[in-house]
Amino acid sequence: MKLKSCYLNTKWAFKSLLVFSALTASSAWAETEAALPIETAVLLAPPNVPPAITRKTPAKVIVNLTVEEMVREITPGTKYMFWTFGGTVPGKMIRVREGDTVELNLMNLASSKLPHNIDLHAVSGPGGGASQTLIAPGNQAKFTFKALNPGLYVYHCATAPVAMHIANGMYGMILVEPKEGLTPVDKEYYVMQGDFYTPGVFGAGGMQPFDMQKSIDEKASYVLFNGASNSLTGKNALTAKVNDKIRIFFGDGGPNLLSSFHIIGAVFDKVYFEGGLKFQEQVQTTAVPPGGSAIVEFTTKVPGNLTLVDHALSRAFHKGAIGIMSVTGDERPEIYSKGIHSKLSTK
Amino acid sequence: MRALGILALSLISSVFAADYMPIAGGALRTALPTDGETVQVAAFKLRSRPVNNQDYLIFLKNTPQWQRGKITPLFASSGYLASWQSATDYSPNHAHAPVTQISWFAANAYCASEQAQLPTWYQWEFVATADAQRKDARNDPLWRAKILKWYAEPAAMPLAASTQQAANIYGVYDMHQLIWEWVEDFNGLFVTSDSRNQGDQKLLETCGAASLSLGDKENYAILMRIALLAALNGQDTVNTLGFRCAKPMQ
Repeated sequence: MKLKSCYLNTKWAFKSLLVFSALTASSAWAETEAALPIETAVLLAPPNVPPAITRKTPAKVIVNLTVEEMVREITPGTKYMFWTFGGTVPGKMIRVREGDTVELNLMNLASSKLPHNIDLHAVSGPGGGASQTLIAPGNQAKFTFKALNPGLYVYHCATAPVAMHIANGMYGMILVEPKEGLTPVDKEYYVMQGDFYTPGVFGAGGMQPFDMQKSIDEKASYVLFNGASNSLTGKNALTAKVNDKIRIFFGDGGPNLLSSFHIIGAVFDKVYFEGGLKFQEQVQTTAVPPGGSAIVEFTTKVPGNLTLVDHALSRAFHKGAIGIMSVTGDERPEIYSKGIHSKLSTK
Repeated sequence: MRALGILALSLISSVFAADYMPIAGGALRTALPTDGETVQVAAFKLRSRPVNNQDYLIFLKNTPQWQRGKITPLFASSGYLASWQSATDYSPNHAHAPVTQISWFAANAYCASEQAQLPTWYQWEFVATADAQRKDARNDPLWRAKILKWYAEPAAMPLAASTQQAANIYGVYDMHQLIWEWVEDFNGLFVTSDSRNQGDQKLLETCGAASLSLGDKENYAILMRIALLAALNGQDTVNTLGFRCAKPMQ
């Protein structure tokens, strides 16, 4: 009882403080806000990327994200309960422009079991929005922030126990385009790595629950691109033509494992390492930490399959961290010749 | 005929009247170290099973102001008993399944009708540490994994009837693996909505409440209970959120 009455008093005091300061401080803010054009963000399922921004001036961008808890295959024959932003792992990519005001509406369906919230690394402020958005099933929360810093940022759920919410797939990315925009490319893709923890080994079959102890011990059963072992292979492979300029927005949701992102058969012309504005050139493998990102750019040179991997290769070949980019077009033997095999001379 | 009906109703309610099990109390190593890592829980009595749909229907017939459609919106959101066929018909829910989609205010009023109140967090947590054989099973990884599994299953409605799993050592059923439960002091828990904060929470510290230096960091099932309660307002209702009541020992 003591706690509760104390809480109520503080809460009221806090609320009246909020109301009071809102009357004075925010009127100027409200005026400029009202002048902004309003648009609703186009959110696409990975590996697709929302279209580049053509605006040259700021806008108020409304982002509607719904938390969905769903059972899906983590690898063919094995199911897992995913917690998602928008029904996909990673959650749908958000694309705004530096200086935009973002109104984020987070909905938690009544059919959900858990409370959730969102922390966007692009937000300047305590918790990145997490404390404003904690919602029980059947509720929604709205909060607004200004996208001050250009770059590619991870967002994720920050509800206790955080590692479990992330290990179940609750992460995605927000791209804040610099004011001058990004250079045009032929294809853009959205890929995030994540580690998953189940009592059974990779592909054990049936419905596998989350394994807390393995998560704490960082012993992943699955290391995946886009939430399933086959999300970027077979008919889901990324596609390109010879001589396409490719940009991949790559992130690592974690919760625990750093990615050594590499594409077998390509050299990155540019890596905007750590998702920032500077780039390194001629990169073979780039390190992407959990809760971090990189923008990689390269040009396809010859036809065939390029293979995306975490170059900590046990993860690629035993835990699912593998993806394919299928490149079509004319052979270019001056760059990449056919192999010629013959017997060793016996003389 | 009417008198017969009432007689029958009271017979049914006495047959199914919930037992209140004595809990001796003692020291609790809590996941929510607001008042220190170990707190003393005084002896009390706890309802052996969550309040079920049949129990709640009787309450609604006796106190129609808590019926769906009559309840003041201050006391319950629009989700209140939304799965019921009508204000006084709990189908398609099972009579002996825990009643859910209940606000804190409604749960309080129900408990008062049993001359009881909602358990405090510490009371609830004290009993929730037990399994069928042990008063504190929390160090058993298998038990922890078992109760954690419920959170990774979809929130299927309608809910199963209660008392289908073994009672714990106190004779109390369904502390885990069936529903979330309201507690009396849910809004004093103060985990904060951002579970990673470790300090600099003047507002919270004013009340000596928990920052997220939660104890028992490896008991995810309990941490999720705390996170849900922290996300709630008194009028909120959740499909899988029900309650039970507690009484003083006398």
